Amino acid sequence: MIPKGLLNPWLFFGAAVLLLAGVLNNDYYLTLINFIGIYTLLVVGLNLLMGYGGQISLGHAAFFGIGAYSSGILTATCGVNPWLALLAGLVICGITAFLIGVPSLKLRGYYLAMATLGFGIIVYIFLNEAEPLTGGPSGLAGIPNLSLGGLELNTPKRLFLLIWPLLGVILGLSANLVDSRTGRALRALHESEAAAQSLGVNTARVKIMIFVWSALYASLAGSLYAHTMNFIAPSSFGFMFSIKLVTMVVLGGMASIWGSLLGAAVLTVLPEILTMFHDYEVIIFGAILMVVMIFLPRGLVRGILDLWEFRRYKKEGGSIPT
Amino acid sequence: MLLELQEITLAFGGLQALDRVSFAVPSGTVQAVIGPNGAGKTTLFNLITGFLAPQSGRVVFQGHEIQGRPPFEVARLGISRTFQLVQLFDHMSVLENVMVGRHRLSRAGLLAGAVRLPWTRQEDKSIREHALEDLAFVGLADRAHQPAAALPLGLKRLLEIARALAAEPTLLLLDEPASGLDAVETERLQEMILALRERGLTILLVEHDMGLTMEVADRIAVLNYGQLIATGTPREVQKNPEVIAAYLGTDWQT
Ligand SMILES: Nc1ncnc2c1ncn2[C@@H]1O[C@H](COP(=O)(O)OP(=O)(O)O)[C@@H](O)[C@H]1O
Ligand SMILES: [Mg+2]
Repeated sequence: MIPKGLLNPWLFFGAAVLLLAGVLNNDYYLTLINFIGIYTLLVVGLNLLMGYGGQISLGHAAFFGIGAYSSGILTATCGVNPWLALLAGLVICGITAFLIGVPSLKLRGYYLAMATLGFGIIVYIFLNEAEPLTGGPSGLAGIPNLSLGGLELNTPKRLFLLIWPLLGVILGLSANLVDSRTGRALRALHESEAAAQSLGVNTARVKIMIFVWSALYASLAGSLYAHTMNFIAPSSFGFMFSIKLVTMVVLGGMASIWGSLLGAAVLTVLPEILTMFHDYEVIIFGAILMVVMIFLPRGLVRGILDLWEFRRYKKEGGSIPT
Repeated sequence: MLLELQEITLAFGGLQALDRVSFAVPSGTVQAVIGPNGAGKTTLFNLITGFLAPQSGRVVFQGHEIQGRPPFEVARLGISRTFQLVQLFDHMSVLENVMVGRHRLSRAGLLAGAVRLPWTRQEDKSIREHALEDLAFVGLADRAHQPAAALPLGLKRLLEIARALAAEPTLLLLDEPASGLDAVETERLQEMILALRERGLTILLVEHDMGLTMEVADRIAVLNYGQLIATGTPREVQKNPEVIAAYLGTDWQT
């Protein structure tokens, strides 16, 4: 019998991070893992909105871009302290998300999906066109490294030691949130907006809050990305990347914190090992989305847990919903 | 009067769903609303709970006009309801469903919940304990950790009642709570309604099961094609010739 405490995923996470920090010195792998961490941040945020709240954003790459460009422009062009720039990105993203969320989330249905789709396209065009500010299609170079306590984070290992513990904290906050009063209200309105309202949940307000909250994750990820790459270009923040993020959420599992990590990891590693991925990226994401939605509509992690749970409850005499 | 409806009128296009309906619900009573399918009973509930606004007329709760307010505000005033078509949070556990019921009585916001401040931990613990009590009241305590979707229909109705009760309402609206319940469950529902009235709760009940309605209702209002055709004690209503006439040739179930 394994003690229950050992099955705690947080212990696994912590142990894995410590282990990797100790034994892994290959810069290529560390960089890849850092990207997984950054994408997981994005995917967890999007999952809170989409998987838990049932609200679809097709423009999440735009918030990622706003974070990245806020950090990039403020540090490389204006010489602002990177941490201050990161904060500024959060503020800008939060306000932008609020302004988009208020009109589109008060209405029911797919207004948010459409609004974010349009917003994503506008941001993408802006990044390309506002050359004096953003550097245009050729990108923005010379973004400095982050420093922590006088130590410049200029190697993949050092970045790893920032990104992954930070990710651990964000995952923890997210898991807490899901299991809190607001998280329950969020999951409730996803399943029945009327019932949630009939219990006193201001559903429009909860949806706006979670939309802003998920945009903040994206902004943070964008800032980390900018300082990891030291160079950013609009092509990283287009519609295709928004779709990739949605695919990561769906593959890993809607409404699953750990599934987000899995989805981000799989879709970051796959293109690295399968070179054909680059040529057929759009088709492959489309196929993954379709297959998962049809066969495991709640994603890999939840889908398998569901099968197991419902089998158990069936034994206890419940009925299985379709 | 806890709740007063004054001249409530609402039409859907050309269909007069409610036509100048007025009646009052005194505190601490069980008031039933009966009538054939399509009479406007659920519409009436939607008007009281803010899901619809009347075209004219007033809904007065504890002396305040509440018509036209959004549902979540009405809920926060202490009006809870169940739905004719059960509306559970299917993928949440039975216990979590009831915990959402305590939303209006708790405070933790997004940030406080994410950081899990000590006071929110306390609050959550109390939410959980109260929710378990409400589950025990409807006899579902042993199912607390199952997904709500796994319950059979009868138990789903009971869960919806527990969830509504978790909000500690002053007024509880039950829309056909006995439909889909077997005889034993209906018996249990009857006991529950009477126990709740004993506690001082005011209940507005829409129900097709006449046996149950006659047992628990202090007064009955009869709707027919959007019009209130009678109000009175169960005995009075049963003898009312207009009521008897209205039910001939309808799909009324007894
Ligand atoms: N949202 C709506 N839009 C149009 N017609 C509606 C709507 N809700 C109810 N109705 C109609 O209003 C009438 C009353 O319906 P309802 O209140 O559900 O009746 P009851 O609950 O008494 O069976 C019915 O004819 C129904 O078809
Ligand atoms: Mg009805």
